[in-house]
Amino acid sequence: MDFEYTPEEESFRAEVRDFIEENLPAKDQRGPNFLATWLEKVRAKGWVGFSWPKEYGGSDGGLIEQTILREEMALAKAPPLGASFMGLAWVGPGIMQYGTDAQKKRFIPDILDSKVTWCTGYSEPNHGSDLASIQCKAERDGDYYVINGQKTWTTGAPWSQWIILLTRTQFDVAVKHDGITCLLVPMDAAGIEVRSIENMAGDRHFAEVFFTDVRVPVENRLGAEGEGWKVTVSALANERSSIGEVTQMFEKLDTLKALVNSSTKQGKPANQDPAVRRRIAVFETKIAAMKYNGLRYLTKQIKGEPLTSETSVNKLHRASLEIEMDDFAVELTGQSGLLLKGSETTVDGGSWAKSSLNWPNVVIGGGTPNIQRNIIAERILGQPKD
Amino acid sequence: MNFGFTEEQELLRDQVRRFMREACTMQKVRVLAKEQHGFDAELWKQVADLGWLGLITPEQYGGSGLKWIDLTVVLEETGRGLSPLPIASQILSTAAILKTGSASHKSDWLPAMADGSAICSLALYDDPNWIHPDAIQLEGIEADGQVVLNGAKPFVADAMCADYFLLACKVGDATHLAALHKDQVKITPQVPMDLTKPMGRVVLDNVTVDAEFVLPLARADLAFLTDCGAVAVTAEMVGAAEQTLAITSDYAKERRQFGKPIGQYQGVKHRLADIYVDVESFKSLLYYAAWTVDDAPDELPRAVSLAKGYASDAFARIGIDGVGLHGAIGFTAEYDIQLYLKRSKWARPMFGDSDYHLDRVATLGGL
Repeated sequence: MDFEYTPEEESFRAEVRDFIEENLPAKDQRGPNFLATWLEKVRAKGWVGFSWPKEYGGSDGGLIEQTILREEMALAKAPPLGASFMGLAWVGPGIMQYGTDAQKKRFIPDILDSKVTWCTGYSEPNHGSDLASIQCKAERDGDYYVINGQKTWTTGAPWSQWIILLTRTQFDVAVKHDGITCLLVPMDAAGIEVRSIENMAGDRHFAEVFFTDVRVPVENRLGAEGEGWKVTVSALANERSSIGEVTQMFEKLDTLKALVNSSTKQGKPANQDPAVRRRIAVFETKIAAMKYNGLRYLTKQIKGEPLTSETSVNKLHRASLEIEMDDFAVELTGQSGLLLKGSETTVDGGSWAKSSLNWPNVVIGGGTPNIQRNIIAERILGQPKD
Repeated sequence: MNFGFTEEQELLRDQVRRFMREACTMQKVRVLAKEQHGFDAELWKQVADLGWLGLITPEQYGGSGLKWIDLTVVLEETGRGLSPLPIASQILSTAAILKTGSASHKSDWLPAMADGSAICSLALYDDPNWIHPDAIQLEGIEADGQVVLNGAKPFVADAMCADYFLLACKVGDATHLAALHKDQVKITPQVPMDLTKPMGRVVLDNVTVDAEFVLPLARADLAFLTDCGAVAVTAEMVGAAEQTLAITSDYAKERRQFGKPIGQYQGVKHRLADIYVDVESFKSLLYYAAWTVDDAPDELPRAVSLAKGYASDAFARIGIDGVGLHGAIGFTAEYDIQLYLKRSKWARPMFGDSDYHLDRVATLGGL
């Protein structure tokens, strides 16, 4: 057991820090082209799709280097490495694994060059957690599929150029996981209508997406017809180390502590209130647990053992922390904590209040906490399926 | 970067598991706990021969000079089977002598402790619920190179099988450890709810010892030994909590109600999943804490408080839910699950409860 980095790893860390120092100006000194320039520069560094194989334009980055890169970027609160989160997280890996040569050539470079943003058409009005029951229909018509149906809660749909879409090509199946086909669809195809949905925080990140006789060439199918479930499951299984997230959570905890140290409760310093101290300490134990769980799992990966359902452990911690930390800040600051917009009594510009309304982004998006509990109970503990 | 165990450590783990499975079975544990104050000379000899008692003892004193992270492997596995043997007491006494003893104390005492021929128990605090130098209430008066001790140590682990004691006391304003033989004191067994963790009351009535057997215990050393104690207890908690989960999870697969195994109901399976999350998490925190003892001692206080702060609350709840998920059968003396509930209650206050450790996390974290 050791927590040392090799000289090569340390020099990689130094390289990342130097890069950040040089290319990440303070927030108030960023010009209108800052993000585009940033994306171009991290691409030139090979840090977009850093872990991807070189033959696809990645850098074959090792697990520890990936960790260092994420950690340093999170510490610096840097913008993302690449414009398309979903493109990098699962669309790209899915195409590398199941795509045709033509698909790889067509889609991978645009993801790496931040030219295209992807969204993900999984959930439907009646099928969220029970994803394998989807009903959105794709019928074969010569060299085309004709899509009819609806997706919803599609994050990023209002601004994405492409969607990775789960459709049903066969309805009379013995097992609902059969008969599903994965299609890659341009969002400007005729017959697609996007209606954004306002969330409880007042933002419009997600949308309903309607498909009416949308024609997509067969060459846009990812994987074989009827094997869409397999494609989806293995694409989502590209589990990433949670180290970057942990760094962000420690940063957030520091901000929360600063708030505690400058707040009062019932007229007395809040940092002397035993209940307040305990709440903060519990947050810290959970974040630290995420860190050391993550390092244990990382060590497993380095030894060549695949990560499976144990990543649900940190997802559950993250979910409870996302809900509780902002909520705690809002509670701590009483009526001031309720204010969303700047005034002299607003706390931290209303950011705690705002993010206390935004937790479903993280908590529900990647599988609800109850689904994570099912995964742990069934796949790790061997309990019978529901 | 490697947050995993070596092949040697995995072999050690297998060895302890085999010992627990074959020699220190649950049936045996029950007998020892009920009838022999948790001790058995033959098992103790086996443990000594396997070298676990001298794991952290330097080689020059007959040990193997390994680290707390190695020791953690042993305590995790003996904790899994609720071993009542005084291994943790022996190790903590070893740590105390290494920290506070003179060269001759070390060469006189450590070899006999490493080979198991002398059993030693360390007792620090006398207040039941306070981790603080002032919670040491046994007093000694020094005169002419001797110290006269009067008072009692109410909570001495493994007191009934120990040959020697290291008892924290106050001489003037300073804290010390008095090294005593069992014949110098009067020992009364306590009756704890967890009989696999025997505990006794040690009374000192005008006990006179040479000053050389009263070792100065600096505040930093007291704090260090307390933290080591918390690491040891938390290691045992990890094994015991994992076993609580294993027993309960197995039961949930077999027990059928309303035509289905109860593990199919989310009210049961989700609680099991939450237990898994908690055990995985305080296990990771424990491994880190155990690593800091030898490799980053400055980080030990925060690391151990993260681990024990998490584990104290979580394991107490796990113990209760382990019994609760079994239903009435879990309430019977015959079923082992109740022994784990008792162990979880034992572990909670030892070397600091969650209130103590979480408050320390807050302080060390800048509140």
